[in-house]
Amino acid sequence: MSNMQEIDLARCTLREANSQLQGEDATGAWVIRNPQGRHALAVGLNAPIDVMIDGQAGYYAGGMNKHANITIEGNAGPGVAENMMSGSTRVRGNASMAAGATGHGGLLVIDGDAGARCGISMKGIEIVVRGSVGHMSAFMAQSGTLVVCGDAGEALGDSLYEAKIFVRGEVRSLGADCEEKDMTADDLACLQSLLDRAGVTEYPADSFRLYGSARRLYHFHVDNAAAY
Amino acid sequence: MTDNTKKIPRTKPRFSATFDPFTISEIQRAAATGIYDIRGAGTKRKLPHFDDLLFLGASISRYPLEGYRERCDTDVVLGTRFAKKPIHLKTPVTIAGMSFGALSAQAKEALGRGASAVGTSTTTGDGGMTPEERGHSSTLVYQYLPSRYGMNPDDLRRADAIEVVVGQGAKPGGGGMLLGQKISSRVARMRDLPEGIDQRSACRHPDWTGPDDLEIKIEELREITAWEKPIYIKVGASRPYYDVSLAVKAGADVVVLDGMQGGTAATQEVFIEHVGLPILSAIRPAVQALQDLGMHRKVQLIVSGGIRSGADMAKALALGADAVAIGTAALIALGDQSPELAEEYARLGTVPGAYDDWQDGRDPAGITTQDPELAARLDPIMGGRRIANYLSVMTMEAQAIARACGKSHLHNLEPEDLVALTMEAAAMTRIPLAGTEWYPGKQGF
Repeated sequence: MSNMQEIDLARCTLREANSQLQGEDATGAWVIRNPQGRHALAVGLNAPIDVMIDGQAGYYAGGMNKHANITIEGNAGPGVAENMMSGSTRVRGNASMAAGATGHGGLLVIDGDAGARCGISMKGIEIVVRGSVGHMSAFMAQSGTLVVCGDAGEALGDSLYEAKIFVRGEVRSLGADCEEKDMTADDLACLQSLLDRAGVTEYPADSFRLYGSARRLYHFHVDNAAAY
Repeated sequence: MTDNTKKIPRTKPRFSATFDPFTISEIQRAAATGIYDIRGAGTKRKLPHFDDLLFLGASISRYPLEGYRERCDTDVVLGTRFAKKPIHLKTPVTIAGMSFGALSAQAKEALGRGASAVGTSTTTGDGGMTPEERGHSSTLVYQYLPSRYGMNPDDLRRADAIEVVVGQGAKPGGGGMLLGQKISSRVARMRDLPEGIDQRSACRHPDWTGPDDLEIKIEELREITAWEKPIYIKVGASRPYYDVSLAVKAGADVVVLDGMQGGTAATQEVFIEHVGLPILSAIRPAVQALQDLGMHRKVQLIVSGGIRSGADMAKALALGADAVAIGTAALIALGDQSPELAEEYARLGTVPGAYDDWQDGRDPAGITTQDPELAARLDPIMGGRRIANYLSVMTMEAQAIARACGKSHLHNLEPEDLVALTMEAAAMTRIPLAGTEWYPGKQGF
C-alpha cells in the first residue's frame, strides 16, 4: 500500500480533503486518516480512484459518487453512498439509516447490518447487506436490487415500484403492495452475480427469497384506499 | 286569513350558503367516483392578499423621484451568505419551480428564454433538469426534492443555485403527484418510473429528517459543489417564523417562502384549499425571524404564492422580501386561460379563467401537457417573448410605485410606505389600518 496518497483530517480541512479527491482527473489510490466520524467524506467523487476511509464515517459518506471505489473501514452514518451513480462503496462495519438512499447505480456492500430505510427510493443501485436491515427498507424503491443476507425489519418494500429485494432470513412484515415472487432462473443468476461481486460466498443463491411489487397501487383507485 | 282571490306568491329557489352549488357538485362527484378531487393551480378561495394593502406615495413630507428620469434600481444578489458564486439578477422577480412533466418541454424552454431575456432565473421541478431548460436559462436553480427524481451530481454542478424543497404553498406537508396521463416515456425515463403509472412521491426527504440533519445535508451539497452555489431552502407557508429560523440555522443562503395561493401541478382539492397560510400573513413573521437572528438582507427571502403584478411585488418587497417568484402568473402569460381557447375549454367542461385540470394532460394551451400535438401548439420563442414582456411590465410597475414613494431602489421600499385596508390585513402584516396608526395587536388605539 506504499503508493497510497494520504490525506490526514487531523491536519487538513474537509474541504481540502474532498477537493483533492473530486477532480475528474484524480487518479490512483487514496487513504483518509483520522476521519473521526466527519460528515460528507469523499462526496461527489468523479473519477475511477480507490479511496479508503480509515475509521468511522459520519453522514453521507461517499454521497453522489461516480466511478470511485470507496471503502469505509469502520461504521458509516446515515445516508452512506446516497444517490450513488456508479462505482462502489463498501462498509466494513455497520451502516446507519437510509444507506444507499436514492442511488442510481453502482454497488453498495455493507458487511455488517444496516439501519432503517436501507435502499429507500433507490433508482438502480445494487445493495448487498451481509447482515440485517431495519424497518421500511426499500421504501418506494423504484429500480435496482437489494440483497439482505440476514433479516429484514417491518414494512419491507413499502410502496415499491420495480426494484427487486432478495432476503435470506426472516422478514418481519411486508409493506403495502410488496409481495413474495417466484424466483426465476434469471433472478437466481442475477442474485448469484451480485453475491459474487460483493464477495459473499457463504450463502447459496437458492437460500434467498424474492420480493417485488404487486403493482396494485400503480393507479389511484378507491378500492385500494386502505392499502396506503 | 288567506286571500284566495289572488295567486299565492311563491318564494324563489334559495341556494344554501353552506351547501352552495359547488359544494353540492363535489359531494355528488365524490359519491360517484369514490376518490378525492385532484386538480392543478392554487387555492381559489378569497383570502386577505396584497390588494388589501396600499402605498401612500410621496407628498410634502416625502420626496418622490422623477418618473422617467431618476433611477430606480431593481437588481438583487442572492446567496451572499456562504456561496462563492452568488446569483445576480437584474430584476427581483424569478420563475418558481415547475417540473418538466408537469409542464411541456416547450413551456419550460419558453420560461427559460423569457427569464433570461430580462436577466432573471428559472427553476427546475420534481423531475430533474432537461438539457432544453439548462440551455435556455442563463440562471437556473436546481431543485433538490424528496423524490430525487433525476437527481445527479453533474446537473448539481451545472446548476447556478440549489433549492432544497421542504414544502410548497399549495400543499405544505404533502408529496408530489403526477397522474399517468402525463408520465410519457421521456418523463418516465427521467424519473425512473414505469410509464403511465400514477406517480406518488414522498413528502419527506429520504435521508434527513429534522433541522440538524438538514444542516449536514447542506454541508454535503456544498462539498459536492465546492461551496460555489447558493443554497436555497423552500418552505410552504405554515409556521414561517420557526421554519425561517430553522432554515437559517441549517445554513441556507436564501429562504423561499410559498403561500397557499401558489400553484401545483396536481394535488387534492381539499389539500389546496384547507392547508397552509395566505402569503400576506407569512411575510412579516418570516422577516421578523430574519431580523431577530440579525440575518435580514444577509439571508435573502424570496416570497411567492399569488404574485400577479408589479404592485404585488412592490408590496412584498416593502414588507421585507428580497425578491418574489411567480408560477401561475407565468403560465397565464404563456397562454393559459386564453379566451381564444374557449371552445376547447368548453369541451373539457370549463371556461377560460377557471381551467385547473393541469393534472389531466389535455391542456389546449400546450403548457401543462406531455401530449406532443398539444405541446407543439406552444411556440417557445413566442412564449419566451410573452414571458419577457410580462416580467418587464412587472418590473416597470414596481419601479413606478417605488419612485412615487421616493425610492431609488426597489429594496428601499419599507413597511412605512404601506397602509392596510382591512383589519385582517393590518393584523397579518402589522401595517397600520389606513387613516390610523394602529394595527391589531399593537397597544393603544
